[in-house]
Amino acid sequence: MSDARMSGRGLSRFALPMAAAFGFAVLYVPLAIMVIYSFNASKLASVWGGWSVQWYGELLRNDQILQAAWVSLKVAAMSATLGTIFGCLIGYAMSRFGRFRPRLLLSGMATAPIVMPDVVTGLSLLLLFISMEALLGWPAERGVDTIVIAHATFCMAFVAVIVQARLTDVDTSVEEAAMDLGARQPRVFFDVTLPMMAPALVAGWLLSFTLSLDDLVIASFVSGPGASTLPMVVFSKVRLGVTPEINALATLLIVLVSIFVALAAWRMRKAGKA
Amino acid sequence: MTWIVRRGRALVVAVPTLWLALFFLIPFLVVLRVSFSEPAIARPPYTSLFDWDQGLLTITLNLGNYAYLLEDDLYVSAYLNSIWMASASTVICLLIAYPMALWIARSPMKNLLLMLVILPFWTSFLLRMYALIGLMSPTGFINSALGLVGLGPITMLQTDFAVYMGMVTGYLPLMILPLYSTLEKLDGALLEASHDLGARPWRAFLDVTLPLSMPGVIAGSLLVFIPSVGEYVIPALLGGPDQLMIGKTLWTEFFNNRDWPLASAVAIAMLAFLVVPIMFARNALGVKE
Repeated sequence: MSDARMSGRGLSRFALPMAAAFGFAVLYVPLAIMVIYSFNASKLASVWGGWSVQWYGELLRNDQILQAAWVSLKVAAMSATLGTIFGCLIGYAMSRFGRFRPRLLLSGMATAPIVMPDVVTGLSLLLLFISMEALLGWPAERGVDTIVIAHATFCMAFVAVIVQARLTDVDTSVEEAAMDLGARQPRVFFDVTLPMMAPALVAGWLLSFTLSLDDLVIASFVSGPGASTLPMVVFSKVRLGVTPEINALATLLIVLVSIFVALAAWRMRKAGKA
Repeated sequence: MTWIVRRGRALVVAVPTLWLALFFLIPFLVVLRVSFSEPAIARPPYTSLFDWDQGLLTITLNLGNYAYLLEDDLYVSAYLNSIWMASASTVICLLIAYPMALWIARSPMKNLLLMLVILPFWTSFLLRMYALIGLMSPTGFINSALGLVGLGPITMLQTDFAVYMGMVTGYLPLMILPLYSTLEKLDGALLEASHDLGARPWRAFLDVTLPLSMPGVIAGSLLVFIPSVGEYVIPALLGGPDQLMIGKTLWTEFFNNRDWPLASAVAIAMLAFLVVPIMFARNALGVKE
């Protein structure tokens, strides 16, 4: 083995892991500190008052947070479902229909929401809703409905990209075989294409759900006085300073996501071994 | 039967196209329209562009909002500052993410490590920014730790540094993922060949790895840069009150000053600047026309 090769190994053995450790620290140190402080008995971040779970109790007694969490979960489930159905149609059309008339328009509109700054999306949708209300009388009141519409629109963009990537990976021979055996296109879609898309649809739904649950800016624009989502309530609390209940909330979320990711990894490994 | 199939196809295309036209395309036209109107004390708080007067349609385009954006230093510097901070954040993210992605791609535990990159991304962005407040506030973790050894406190919150920290922790996964996917596909034989031809590791990196990973560099940079330019949450939570960023300016004009036409003009100006990066980003996302 040449010297160059050896020093290359040396570089990747020390410099790269150090750099990676730094990167992981950037991602995880803030989270770790939040988890630790969620068990701090003192309200002051600078004082360690001993271990305590009192902030979890306060969190569970905070009606404003619980109500907002319920609104957010409802909105996320509805937006993710609507976004997944539409995103599935877009991804299917993009990868299986070849050339069709509004293809360029559809692909443009279906991907731009992913990279559009939130403030622009939020402002433009709110102005649309207000114009529609003036012209059509709907939506008379902004709230859960308008947030779901706004969220479903960017969710379908993400789902469309995931579905399209999946369908480009699997070749069309199975679908062609089904056609050759006399199945009509709707049947081929439901019996062959849809099951092949299933992992992409699950991934897309979950991504949509978390993106909707996480959105502050768009929801703040398009929501009305009646409906506050969890991020809206958290943001208004956090702006006033550090609130220990929010540490507890964040810790619960981190635990949930970790369990979920671990389960997904375990299932993937099992599927890989089988 | 074929007409059912054809109808079905038309429906599959038409439903999402109409939805996106109504809830994505038309809203921009509405913003454009409002940006040409004047604020008014009314519901909604802006004047109409169209006026029917004795069967005569008059259209009033008011360019005042755009002129105001150009005249007032506040807006120009907010734009320049946003672009500068977004560019700097993108470069910092790239410098941290590249060695990480390279290491993960060569690691035997790459799936686990990739999960560790994605995990914070799946927890809330807002809560991660809040975590940084706990880390950097005058009574926060860093200053408490410094206090124990008789140093500090250092002012970190409400500075540019805090905003950069926010951008980097917030957007780092978006940079790592596309980098990883190009580096993971990289053919190891090419590196072996360059070593065999006598290239030193650094040279092999510059001549082989880096050029081949450019698609990932571009995709990651755009995914970080575009949302950073319009970012609201990070400057609002971590930045100072006098720190100018265009997303925050838009928010303030809209919610605090209730000047909807001016907020619309700010949005249109932001889009005009971002339209080229957005087009590139769509290509980088691998969308086939």
